[in-house]
Amino acid sequence: MPTSPFTSFLKLFLLSLLFAFLPGAAPAQESPYFVAYDHYLEEPGNLEIEYFSTFGTQRGGNGFHAYWMEFEYGATAWWTTEFYLDGQSTFGDSTLFTGIRWENRVRVLKREHFINPVLYVEYEHKSGADKILKEGGGHDVEADFLTPNAEARKEHINEVELKLILSSTFKGWNLTENTLAAKDLSNSPWEFGYAIGASRPLALKASAKRCSFCRQNFIAGVEMYGGLGDRHHFGLNDTSHYLAPVVAWNLPSDWTFRLSPGFGLNNNSHRFLLRWGVSREIAGFGSMVSRLFGGRQ
Amino acid sequence: MRTYFASLAATAVLLSASLALAQRDKAATHKYDRDALVYAELAKAPQKARARHNPLEKDPDAVPAGRILFERHCTECHGDFAEGGKKGPSLLVEQVQNAEPGAIFWILTNGVVWRGMPVWSKLPEPQRWQLVSYIKSLGVAKSIPVSAPSTRSPSTVATEPPSPLR
Repeated sequence: MPTSPFTSFLKLFLLSLLFAFLPGAAPAQESPYFVAYDHYLEEPGNLEIEYFSTFGTQRGGNGFHAYWMEFEYGATAWWTTEFYLDGQSTFGDSTLFTGIRWENRVRVLKREHFINPVLYVEYEHKSGADKILKEGGGHDVEADFLTPNAEARKEHINEVELKLILSSTFKGWNLTENTLAAKDLSNSPWEFGYAIGASRPLALKASAKRCSFCRQNFIAGVEMYGGLGDRHHFGLNDTSHYLAPVVAWNLPSDWTFRLSPGFGLNNNSHRFLLRWGVSREIAGFGSMVSRLFGGRQ
Repeated sequence: MRTYFASLAATAVLLSASLALAQRDKAATHKYDRDALVYAELAKAPQKARARHNPLEKDPDAVPAGRILFERHCTECHGDFAEGGKKGPSLLVEQVQNAEPGAIFWILTNGVVWRGMPVWSKLPEPQRWQLVSYIKSLGVAKSIPVSAPSTRSPSTVATEPPSPLR
């Protein structure tokens, strides 16, 4: 019996949840950003399984719920690789599996500096119905989402995205700036975008007691992102921009929760986006896989 | 649909390659040699960094808070009792325990990225100093603690630890 892409996606999601309950989790200090990246990579050998969700309003059409799973693996201390599965449900329309992404982040410098560059390369294979709004690029605007799913899914997009991540940490604050250049591998021009973010833990000193609600477990901040047009029409015309407060709660019980209400800054943007996410890190995943195939322990 | 499967297959191959690369680093060098290379990084701390004083040295909460931070972020590689693990060296050796607090803080901040230790500057400075306080409170091991996976209490074997540098 044939299975639909959505059924496959659901199975993968449930499998991932099951995986997340395995022992060996390692709590980490996860950043609160949804769109911006800082320069911190996954610890080597660890796998982080993440689920993210975006509820969006739509003028002149139906609101939507877009979601994605991330499998983030620390290949080395200087290289993190991630695999994504994306989907969306448009209210009053349908639910779709919308594509996959494969992302790599490479740390350029050996030590910490005032500004720390990280190179980012991503390949996306997605349909035109993708709505996760993981980045704002080119001339992407709210009206693009008015196309019904049945029609939008017929468009296939193979895209390469490059980012330069410049991130600094100073007196507990993280400040990050991402510059995006994306190229649809069909005959489309390069598109550009940006994301900036600032965040800080609510307390800089750790408590001497084990606690879930200690202030140092919460990181709050804000991110802003949007498009900068394309090679032929570079600038802010016909682009969308968002401002979003972000908060992450790193629980000692290995889980991280994130929440972010986002606000469109111009008429081309969705008025409101509500994002949330949950993640868990599996420590020593690389060694587990290695043992499975008879490797060194 | 064929493209999906091709992309998935390509991703699986590349992920396997990354796993293999991560494991290769471990297999390439003898553990003691790897540990020695990591300890040698302490000597690379600049004089200005070494001279930094631990501002939480007299804070009675620094060691217990550092212990909690160590359990959260460090035991995966360095072992439950800092005795060393598959991925990270022991911190109960003279090279670490006799190092200046500023040098340990510098290593925490910068990591030893090419040798597998990530940067920990994502922890705010006071938390890194709390970790330094905890690590320095451990002292040099007289015997090797053996961590049991099912219990948090250390058992020990009565042998001198091998010198990682020799």
